[in-house]
Parts: sequence; structure tokens; C-alpha cells
Amino acid sequence: MSQLFSKKNKDVFFNPFNIDNPVTVQVLGICSALAVTAKLEPAIVMGLSVTVIVAFANVIISLLRKTIPNRIRIIVQLVVVAALVTIVSEVLKAYAYDVSVQLSVYVGLIITNCILMGRLEAFAMQNAPWESFLDGLGNGIGYAMILIVVAFFRELLGAGQILGFNILNYDCIANTGYMNNGLMLMPPMALIIVGCVIWVQRARNKEMQEQ
Amino acid sequence: MENLLSLFVRSIFVDNMIFAFFLGMCSYLAVSKNVKTALGLGVAVTFVLVVTLPVNYLLQTEVLSADGILGMDLSFLSFILFIAVIAGIVQLLEMIVERFSPSLYASLGIFLPLIAVNCSIMGASLFMQQRINLPAENVQAITGVGSALVYALGSGIGWLLAIVGLAAIREKMAYSDVPTPLRGLGITFITVGLMAMAFMCFSGLKI
Repeated sequence: MSQLFSKKNKDVFFNPFNIDNPVTVQVLGICSALAVTAKLEPAIVMGLSVTVIVAFANVIISLLRKTIPNRIRIIVQLVVVAALVTIVSEVLKAYAYDVSVQLSVYVGLIITNCILMGRLEAFAMQNAPWESFLDGLGNGIGYAMILIVVAFFRELLGAGQILGFNILNYDCIANTGYMNNGLMLMPPMALIIVGCVIWVQRARNKEMQEQ
Repeated sequence: MENLLSLFVRSIFVDNMIFAFFLGMCSYLAVSKNVKTALGLGVAVTFVLVVTLPVNYLLQTEVLSADGILGMDLSFLSFILFIAVIAGIVQLLEMIVERFSPSLYASLGIFLPLIAVNCSIMGASLFMQQRINLPAENVQAITGVGSALVYALGSGIGWLLAIVGLAAIREKMAYSDVPTPLRGLGITFITVGLMAMAFMCFSGLKI
């Protein structure tokens, strides 16, 4: 039991939260991170879906790693991921139809999300299933964290709401002259907020700064 | 004809792959350090889009849809089949280019495997799948192989414009004094954000 949660495994799980974050440090999976963050709810669902898919794809590829011929490994990885994504997409359509309409093509695009291919290539092809599972879970949660931070600011400042509940849309606030900034809901602000998140993170971790 | 022209212009400027949908961001950020390689990747993406999208269009309408040759609605299989078609075509293109044009292979070759997992290729196929069912008078509707081809070409050129523009800005930015924590990735994101803001002014464009 103690072996399952050794120091190394803890690092594998917790590093993606900060110093090895998939979005801000490894620069993987940017496309969907930006596109689904206009509201908090789809961002949370997307984060969860990616976490589940990365964790299980990592386990499956790690189990198969000794039997996959090196030349066709990309196709094998793509097929495993595509099958998992199809399952998640059908589940979303059945149980959370509204969110799946909002996410539109971005659920399908989890297949080509670089986090998946990146982690499969860099980790699951060399490591045992349990470590790969932790790595997938850690990276998925690290990705979800960035999505939630970006979506929180965009929904709060853009629509004055959190998860659809009014926070800033009251007369007493409107009377002070405050107005919601509709630009926050537009695509450009997603990029600029991620830029600011990277700024804050690198200002706190000196060793990450580029010269 | 007017419809095709309008679809073409819209897919370059209004529905730009990078600035409106953030597709293909990973390679966009990684390969935009100088204009020459950016141009190479842009041409390769356009090329692969133009080849794969009509194939996926025929697959969707003739095989997977309810009135295709199999007679059942198999569109839940579309993710697996689209990605298999894309990966297969990219592999094939790589071999053909290597055999017939070594000089083109030398400039595009390294990018071709990357493109199989570029979201803009898969994304264009998925958008095409959504747009097939739109009414024909809608400017975004894709009604045949011709308009699928035009959509692919427009999206590819839009992507090419975006990456060459960013590469040119980054080349100049190498000489400017950026705050240390913002250097590299951070300032690139903010630059792309400002470029996207500039592209927003096309959003009312009508032809």
C-alpha cells in the first residue's frame, strides 16, 4: 500500500497542478481550453471529460505498451482515444444534453487534444498502469484547473454571473455605474486571460522564466 | 457561385480557425518563431485540409448518414472514422510527396506527421458534419463536394494568414523589452488575443 503512494507517485500526481501544468507550462490542449471557457458550466464538464479520458487512455496504452509495434503506435493511440471520446460524447448527449450542445465540436476534438497524445507518448508508453493512471488524473485536473480559473473570470466579468446565478446583475451595483464587459465573452479575451495566468504563475516561480 | 464566394471569404476572415475557434493552437504557438517555417506549416495544413475534407464529406453523406448505402444512421462512428481517414491520408501524402518531390518533402516533411493531430483538420471535418444539415440559403451551409472543397481551402488560407502574421510579429518582438515573467509564452498569448480582436472587426462582413 505504501508503495502505491510513494514520494515519486505523489510527484507524478501533483506536479501537473503547478510546475508541470499541461496548459501553462507544457503548452498542450490550448484549443479547447480557450474555446469552452465563456461560461463556467461547460468548462467544468469539459475538464471532467478530459480528466476521465486521459486517465483511462493512459491505463489502456500502458497495458498495451509492450505489444504495440513502434511504427503504428500513433494510429493505435488515436483509435483507443477515439473510442473513449465516442463513449463520453454519447454519455453527455444522454445525461447532459444542453451542455453537450454548448460544447458542440469540442467534445469530438478531445481526440486531437494534444494533452492526450502528449501524455500517451511521453508517459504511458514507458510506465506501469498505476503510475500512468495517476499521471493522467493529475494532468486532467491540472487542465481543468486552468479552464475553471479562466471561465470564472470570463463569466463573472462578462455576464455578471457564476454558474448561471446572478452575482453582479443587481440595481444597487448598476447604480454605481458598473457595467458588464461583453468583450470578456468574446474569443480574444480568453487568450489574454490565459496570458495573464501564465504571467502570474511565472512571476511566482522564478525558474520558469524565459530569458 | 455567389454562395461559394461568400463561404470562401467567411471561412477566411469571419470563421477564422485560429481567431474564432482556436483550432490548431498547439502547433500554431510552437512553430511560429520565424516566417519561413510558419509558411511551410501553413501550406501543409491547407494542403491536408483540401484533401481530407471532401473525402470526409463523402464518407459522412454516402456511408454514415441514414440515407447512405448502408441505410442506417451510423454517425456515432464518425469520430473514429474521420480520424482514421485523416491519419491515413497524412501518411499517404507523406509517402507521395517523398517519392515525387524531394524538395517539397524537405520543406514540408517534418510537419506532415504533426498535422495528423492538428485540431484544425479534425475540427473542419466536425464543423462540416454540423453544417450539412443547415438550410441551403444559409451562407454557412455545405451542400456538396464543391462547397466542402471551398470551405477547406478558405479555412486553410485563414490558418496560413494567422500563423504567418504571428510569426512576423514574433520576429520583430525579439528586439523589444518585455517584462521577464511575460517573456516567451505569455506575451505570445496576449499578442494572439490582440490579433483576434483585430479580426473581430470582420464579423459583420456580408457579401
